[in-house]
This record gives sequence, C-alpha cells and structure tokens, in this order.
Amino acid sequence: MITPTHYLVLSALVFTIGVVGVLTRRNVIIIFMSIELMLNSVNLNLIAFSDQLNKFGGQVFAIFVITVAAAEAAVGLGIVIALFRNKETVNADEMDLLKW
Amino acid sequence: MEAILFYTLAAILVLFAVLTVLARNPVRSAVYLISALIAVAGLFLLQKAEFVAAVQILVYVGGIMVLFLFVIMLVSVREVIGQPKTNRQTKTAVVLAAVLCVELVFFLSTGASLFEDAEPGPAVIEQVQTLNTESVGTLPAALRNRLGAPAGGDRRCSGIG
Repeated sequence: MITPTHYLVLSALVFTIGVVGVLTRRNVIIIFMSIELMLNSVNLNLIAFSDQLNKFGGQVFAIFVITVAAAEAAVGLGIVIALFRNKETVNADEMDLLKW
Repeated sequence: MEAILFYTLAAILVLFAVLTVLARNPVRSAVYLISALIAVAGLFLLQKAEFVAAVQILVYVGGIMVLFLFVIMLVSVREVIGQPKTNRQTKTAVVLAAVLCVELVFFLSTGASLFEDAEPGPAVIEQVQTLNTESVGTLPAALRNRLGAPAGGDRRCSGIG
C-alpha cells in the first residue's frame, strides 16, 4: 500500500541529492541540473497531495512550477553563455569578480 | 502492483539522480537527468496525473533538457580533463545534506499519521466520468462557478475611478 508518505520520503531523498549537487559541483551547468532535480522533487510532493486530497490544485500548481522552471532555465543558461563568452570557463570557483 | 511500479520507478529515479550529480562528463549528466525526469513522469502517471506527466515529458524533457544539451555543447568544448570535478566543500556538503535528509525523513515519518488523516476534499469535478486532462482544463471554470462569477457592471471594487 503506497501512501503519500512514500512519495514524500522519495521527494525528500531526491531533494537532498539535488542539494548535494548544488553544493558540490564546480560546473555551473551541473549545478543548474541539480536545481532542476530539486524542482522535480517539489512537483512530486504537489502531485502526491493532489492525489490524496482528490483536488486538482496540486496538479495545476505543478504545471506552474514546470513553466517557471523552463523560464528560469532559459534565462539562467543565457547568463551562463554570456559568462562563458567573457571568461571562457563555466567553473563556479572562477566566477569571483564580485569578491572583495 | 502499484507497489512494484512505485519501487521500481523510485529506484530508477534515485539511481539516475545520484548519477547526475556524480557524473564527470556534463553530457552524461544531462542524459542521466533525462532518465530521472522520465521516471518522475512515470510516478506522476502512477498517481493518476496524466496531464502533468505529459507536460513533464514535453516541456521538461523535450524542452528544458534539450536546451541544456545545446548549452553544454556550446560551452564545454575546452573543458580541461585534469581538473577536479568537485569543489572544496564536498565533505561539508555531504554531511549537511545527510543531516537535511535525516531531518526531513524524520519529520515525515512522525507526521505521517497527520497526512493520512486528511480527508479527501469534495471533488470539485466528477473525477470518475471525465479524464484527468479534461478535469484539469475545467478547473478554472468550476472554481468560477463555485466562487461566483463577478457581474459585468460591478463597480464596487473600483477605488479610484
């Protein structure tokens, strides 16, 4: 019997894996992909509750989250390309122009 | 049957998520993430959210990940192979993420009884007769009917004019 708690625990696991990816990797694009993992874990949560409560608000909000993730990916990857054009690297450790 | 599907899809999702984070080559990372997202779409299907599953495959996998792959191809040509792929914060990050995971799972386990007590709300739309896609599409109309559509010449809310 699969309760919503199963989905929530799975979502927590995937979220943690995404957090590890964001904190650990140097390549900015892989950091971005870990952020997408985290957004997907949130979507899992939303759909789990929407299924449990027989409401569609969770699914509609999940569609919003997917849309926002798409827009954010487009803008963020544009920034990454602009950064690459100037610095020839996508290493997160070397983006330190704002450091004192 | 549902349990088999759930555990299979969950195992695939966790496996490919871990591979995404650990892969050295960013193209491989992107492909692993595509597999993870398809597993997530399968989990959506398992929860009777067919429309969101289709949107996930179309938009997330077919749009966002393809964009990622384009950008990886544009940007990673001159990547130096010898550089370490992780920064200096690996041990701290793993410890903190483990703490986060343990905390989340603990709260979910102790609060699980609260989740199960939640009664399913009154079905806004008949879920039995219509398919999920139609139901999601009629949600705005159903909400409008339920909350009372504002009349056309209603001037009560205009504060300035």
